[in-house]
Amino acid sequence: MADVADSLQDTQGPYYGDFGGRFVPEALIAALEELEAEYRSAIVDPAFLAELERLQREYTGRPSPLTEVPRFAEHAGGVRVLLKREDLNHTGSHKINNVLGQALLVKRMGKKRVIAETGAGQHGVATATAAALLDLECVVYMGEEDTQRQALNVARMRLLGATVVPVTIGSRTLKDAINEALRDWVANVDDTHYLLGTVTGPHPFPEIVREFHKVIGNEARAQVLERVGRLPDVVAACVGGGSNALGIFNAFLDDDVRLVGLEAGGDGVDTGRHSARFSGGAPGVLHGAKSYLLQDDDGQTLPSHSVSAGLDYPSVSPIHAWLHDSHRAEYRPVTDDEAMEAFRLLCRTEGIIPAIESAHALAGALVLGRELAAQGRQDAVVLVNLSGRGDKDVATAARWFDLVDEEDIAKAATTEGSSL
Amino acid sequence: MTATTGFGEGRTGARLAELRAEGRAALVGYLPVGFPDVDRSIEAALAMVEAGADVVELGVPYTDPVMDGPTIQHAVEAALEAGTRVADVFRVVSAVAATGVPVLVMTYWNPVLRYGVDRFAADLAAAGGAGLITPDLIPDEGAEWLAAADAHGLDKVFLVAPSSTVPRLASTAAASRGFVYAASTMGVTGERTQVGPRAAELVAATREAGAGHVCVGLGVSTGEQAAQVARFADGVIVGSALVRPLLTDAPWAERLTALRAVTAELAAGVRGARAEVGA
Repeated sequence: MADVADSLQDTQGPYYGDFGGRFVPEALIAALEELEAEYRSAIVDPAFLAELERLQREYTGRPSPLTEVPRFAEHAGGVRVLLKREDLNHTGSHKINNVLGQALLVKRMGKKRVIAETGAGQHGVATATAAALLDLECVVYMGEEDTQRQALNVARMRLLGATVVPVTIGSRTLKDAINEALRDWVANVDDTHYLLGTVTGPHPFPEIVREFHKVIGNEARAQVLERVGRLPDVVAACVGGGSNALGIFNAFLDDDVRLVGLEAGGDGVDTGRHSARFSGGAPGVLHGAKSYLLQDDDGQTLPSHSVSAGLDYPSVSPIHAWLHDSHRAEYRPVTDDEAMEAFRLLCRTEGIIPAIESAHALAGALVLGRELAAQGRQDAVVLVNLSGRGDKDVATAARWFDLVDEEDIAKAATTEGSSL
Repeated sequence: MTATTGFGEGRTGARLAELRAEGRAALVGYLPVGFPDVDRSIEAALAMVEAGADVVELGVPYTDPVMDGPTIQHAVEAALEAGTRVADVFRVVSAVAATGVPVLVMTYWNPVLRYGVDRFAADLAAAGGAGLITPDLIPDEGAEWLAAADAHGLDKVFLVAPSSTVPRLASTAAASRGFVYAASTMGVTGERTQVGPRAAELVAATREAGAGHVCVGLGVSTGEQAAQVARFADGVIVGSALVRPLLTDAPWAERLTALRAVTAELAAGVRGARAEVGA
């Protein structure tokens, strides 16, 4: 490990190299400064940390296990593949880590209302969950198109007591949901916290969200050392906004370990229908931070595309942008086809249905494993963050692999809906 | 303009000072470039000037306008669908600046960043523009723009809000040239039944913090509201109420007539405000 002063771990904002900052209306600056002050006092407060640790253990189910997947690994050149099982957390993904931490901050600030954006619904469900647990009013903004694609997650949030607001302007997807949440926040900032779901946005959000997710890497590093007797050679994770990737990368930033982020390549980076910000974007400002961005020659945000709603976002964390430009981490696109093949392979070989987001990381592991094997490195260890489970993706996968006809899916949804 | 400060109070500030000497506040009217198309957005801005706008604020259409409410969102979305490009802004600025009124461009930051900050400033100055209003750029993040504005003699209009602390009012006032844009309320653009009660306090606090001129925006839509704000501010900024008459399905000439009528009502409010107080 490097000296603390030279450590890349826990680097503080507002800037990460050329990226980050606070590109927001002045009206929000006071709230961002209040949030930063509260956060800095909370993370050195033993009572806050004890309560967070208790919730992680008793409510989320941490530590999440480490699972070796030898039958899957046979397809990855025969290297060893280990999965960090964030899919086994309460609510089914890593999202709960950040949500619980921020919700405890909200209680400290004395605010009564939280708002959140959601694409596929995972962050919205996690926020609605924490709001129910901690008695907070919760409003979730969701693009109208996503509310239709993810109708059951809308029902889930409503069951948990949240209000779901469909956003009907712009592209009607995640980016527009964030715009609407920011508008709500400007108007209601006195009593409302914007519970941002990933490591993007204005400072201090990237730093806060990384802090609450770094438990993933801290646990995984110790688990791999114990299981294998050494550090992994490669850590792979999918990157939408980038929270699960940063959560697992952070603990390894000062180690001699390759860090690989897998972006959604959609139909292929050459087709223009993708969410590969590093392969197909350029530096710019969106939603409060300078980072890599899908944009046209005029700086207008371009629509993103991916089979995975959770990776379907035109920008990415400024911390990843910094790790990219400083070459500490590498980022590669994975197409929809490659991700879905890895999805099916994990189902068939290991009996684990991953989230389609996480399947991008699995697809990356297959390629990386084969590359390592070709270099004579069959003894290599690849750690993959399995960030979420695939229950929410069964309908998408059934269509993709033509497992049932459309009518049956519609009927099943109707039956499930009426039984709620 | 003095040698020591470079550009003094800027072109917009100079106009506000003239109007102050006349005993009244300015009407600052906003319209988006390219709505419903570039040529007609020029016609609309010229109509607004004829009907009494003292300063024109032209909006650059952007895909993610987080400080705008539904009226302006719909107009800029239509402008983008109509194929409006960032470079079209300079043609509209040039046409409106020819009337002699100061023309400010209101833009979210990424289009300027992508165009090139210094190149944007140079092209805006060449078109006769007075400066920029930057709703999502605080001076803390604006070093490149501050330098470009000084290099090209442009006004730098930054925003303050009811939530701004005294130190931030001071640093924002110090970084601004032309005027400081005081948001009347915590919220986005749009018409409201009343102007935020904190607006007068914010204007006073911003002046106390060192601002030469302070104009108030967000929520002003009627002549009466304009008059109310004109009693304590150097300018009254109106957006959504001017865009709304253009969003109808009526023939274009009728929409322009409606725009002129709204502008005239607001202009009368601004002009009558202090006379009433003095009477």
